[in-house]
Amino acid sequence: MKTATRWFSRNLIRIYMVLGFSYLFVPVLYTFIFSFNDYVKSNLVWRGFTWNNWKQPCGVLDVCPALGNSIKIGLLATFIATILGTLIAFALGRYAFKGRAVTNTLIFLPMASPELVLGASLLTIFLNLGMNLGFWTIVIAHVMFCISFVVVTVKARIASLDPRLEQAAMDLYADERETFRRVTFPLVAPGIAGAALLAFSLSFDDFIITNFNSGTTITFPLYVYTHAERGLPAQANVIGSAMFFLALIIVVLGQVVSKKRKVGA
Amino acid sequence: MPDASTSAKGDLKLVNLTKSFGEFKAVDDLTLTIPEGSFFALLGPSGCGKTTTLRMIAGLEDPTSGKISIGSTDITDKRPYQRPVNTVFQNYALFPHLTIFENIAFGLRRRGIKDVKAQVDKVLNLVELPHLADRKPTQLSGGQQQRIAVARAIVNRPALLLLDEPLGALDLKLRRQMQIELKWIQTEVGLTFVHVTHDQEEAMTMADTIAVMNEGRIEQMGTPAELYDNPKTAFVANFLGQSNLIQGSIVDSDGDYHVVDLHGQKVKVLKSRTHSKTSSVLYAIRPEKLRIDTDGHIRPGNVFKGGHIVDVSYIGVSTQYQVEMPWGQEIMVFEQNDDGIPPLDKGDEVTLTFEPAFAFALDGSQDATAGSEVNPEEE
Repeated sequence: MKTATRWFSRNLIRIYMVLGFSYLFVPVLYTFIFSFNDYVKSNLVWRGFTWNNWKQPCGVLDVCPALGNSIKIGLLATFIATILGTLIAFALGRYAFKGRAVTNTLIFLPMASPELVLGASLLTIFLNLGMNLGFWTIVIAHVMFCISFVVVTVKARIASLDPRLEQAAMDLYADERETFRRVTFPLVAPGIAGAALLAFSLSFDDFIITNFNSGTTITFPLYVYTHAERGLPAQANVIGSAMFFLALIIVVLGQVVSKKRKVGA
Repeated sequence: MPDASTSAKGDLKLVNLTKSFGEFKAVDDLTLTIPEGSFFALLGPSGCGKTTTLRMIAGLEDPTSGKISIGSTDITDKRPYQRPVNTVFQNYALFPHLTIFENIAFGLRRRGIKDVKAQVDKVLNLVELPHLADRKPTQLSGGQQQRIAVARAIVNRPALLLLDEPLGALDLKLRRQMQIELKWIQTEVGLTFVHVTHDQEEAMTMADTIAVMNEGRIEQMGTPAELYDNPKTAFVANFLGQSNLIQGSIVDSDGDYHVVDLHGQKVKVLKSRTHSKTSSVLYAIRPEKLRIDTDGHIRPGNVFKGGHIVDVSYIGVSTQYQVEMPWGQEIMVFEQNDDGIPPLDKGDEVTLTFEPAFAFALDGSQDATAGSEVNPEEE
């Protein structure tokens, strides 16, 4: 009895960790396993193992066009939001100007506002402007909510940058442009890359705002949602799992690269 | 590419240089000439304006008014990259994403210099770290980073090298070693070094000339020996080493000496070492110039009678005594432990003697504690 208690108290942290990770990863694992399910109509009951879903990820109507839309929208929104957000972050992080404090607060607002409200408001605006809902309205909406996240991420990186490094560059005969190119940008770049990844994943996965402003365009999350009721094909699991592993690879590669950089050549 | 970088040579001149931040004058009407090739130190407590002065010379801060010139070239309105000036920053500011080689090559490349490799190798050899060329700054120790920061600046052969508290981040032993090394490098390359520090020992070890700054102004300027032996203000007397300052008044004259009355005891001070316009003086003597008389055989010279020891600290090379005088003031005495006599005890009655020529007298209207209570933290 006593030894059991001791074992328990000694391993409490480990048990807690196992439980915690299970909570986080059981759904992912479930998605992955059921991507191999030899399903019929609905992918809810295990019917046996098959490679077919992975061999033909586009084997179901509309899945791949929806995925294609999501990727296109994601890349475009990320590109625009990262550029605009980075510029804002530099303005906020580097320059003192009238209204900076207010701008800082305003930038946070879209993150704090309920997505439902943002989506509904955007819809009203688009309709009032007489715009056709579809691919471009989704892009505009995604850029809008991604910008705040980019600003916050890049600004944090800029804030952690020692201003003396830029001063040292200027002191060593680099003019403003060269200083930005040789010192500021390379040092802030990891933050910008992180912000871009975050923006892409936010855009890729967004359902609520997209649902309001998509018109007849179907993105991957919209596809999953509309098919969940009738029975989701295992191809959705294949794509979901693939995205998960892709993200994992990017993160691991990022870690390896930054570690290598720190250690040097 | 900036072309002014190598053309200007000569003395650095600051004329009526002022920097205000709102109401606060960080640097107040500073006029100063730093001769070419010298090792010059700006010494002062935190907030005295020394770093602001340095940043104005580097071009990182715009003066409110005044002029900065090197030789005959006015650089007041030049951008930092247009000045023949390089800086060794506090905490070094090495570029973390570049190798040591590229850090040092940075200035050469920006100026479009041809034989980068040869010059970088040369300066790496000078600081004795050629094997670290391919490393990143984070892989270096503090002392190594310090030397690379110096190398990165001197490789450009600027007219002026600015050092902003360059040794502040190093531990004491390394700091001592780097002081000697920096002095050696300065002699070797023959550039003008302007060194900003709050550490008086650091300034005295390295600099040919020291300007002691306080509240945006220069209190006194001179060689380390001049400043230490003959301070002109209470601030300098207390900030450079320690001094016993005793309130008194000049009562008589005796040849080259003034006779000063200190709470009823008469002592002498050289007229040439008296810096007071009135008869009211702060009579000053350094603790190591005082001798404790034990055998009753009083040596000739000035004498303080009737003291008793209230505190004894044995610190190996010397013993530090606090001696309370009849008028209530505590006098510091440092005795070398070179005579084999065991230290005296608390409560012992003593007489203090000293050579009158070592004493100096300051204006009596000053605060006797000026410069002694200042926080020696870096800015």
